[in-house]
Amino acid sequence: MKAHVHVRLKPGILDPQGKAVQQALHHLGFRAVESVRIGKLIELEVAAETREEAEALVQQACQKLLANPVIETYDIEWVDAS
Amino acid sequence: MKSAVIVFPGSNCDRDVFRALARFGLNPSYVWHKETSLAGFDLVVLPGGFSYGDYLRAGAIARFSPIMREVVRVAEKGIRVLGICNGFQILTEAGLLPGALLRNAHLRFVCKYVWVRVENASTPFTAALGKQKTLKIPIAHGEGNYYADAEILAELEAGNQIVFRYATPDGQVSPAANPNGSVANIAGIINRKGNVLGMMPHPERAVEPLLGSTDGQWIFQSLLNTN
Repeated sequence: MKAHVHVRLKPGILDPQGKAVQQALHHLGFRAVESVRIGKLIELEVAAETREEAEALVQQACQKLLANPVIETYDIEWVDAS
Repeated sequence: MKSAVIVFPGSNCDRDVFRALARFGLNPSYVWHKETSLAGFDLVVLPGGFSYGDYLRAGAIARFSPIMREVVRVAEKGIRVLGICNGFQILTEAGLLPGALLRNAHLRFVCKYVWVRVENASTPFTAALGKQKTLKIPIAHGEGNYYADAEILAELEAGNQIVFRYATPDGQVSPAANPNGSVANIAGIINRKGNVLGMMPHPERAVEPLLGSTDGQWIFQSLLNTN
């Protein structure tokens, strides 16, 4: 099963990377871009019998390693047809 | 007094800190991150560098190295743990210190001398300081922007856990003296129990006049004196 884990900085936490990209976009004329925030996309392939089992496993992986709850949030998207 | 310098793949200040520890009589040994025992050590140092290439988040993978379970265990027993730069990042990832270290606010890697004001001189890491209130110590990091939410910050303030703040040479804590955007100019914090310290500046790079400053010596002198 394939999961996409999206990791984002929590709202309110300064994202200097996003800010720099926004400035660059403005320099290029994309003035309508009012905000840029950059996160991570982590693609996982999981060997599991059921979606529930896979979901539990990926949740655990997110909480333990993939996201830092102090500064980040995450969501899991299952991308394969099931 | 015996000290352990933990070596992760990608550590690059392990030799510098080893040299500084030896210079001040703290009898260092290297301990590879795959080891599982820290028996017999009175001090554990997590050195600077780029453990695991800073992949995912700085310190995020090193924090699960086999030795870290033992570092957490001895820290709970009261053994002193010093995390410098990447070592500080690993300590926050491991939950031994609160908060997190974000990318520098201006996005640049900074490598320069800064001054830090000592806010708490009664820790085992700062007790030898005497009257000296500011230290000139270099920083070298891309992700040293300390972040903690308002609640944690209030706790740190109340518990006198903020040990170093970025300041001007005469000790003014100001936005201009903040090299990376850290909340409240925080450069180093200690845990509530007072035995685990994390700091972004590199005291081991400021122990010889030839290198431009000897202010880092006070950290090592303190550790020796308070053994």
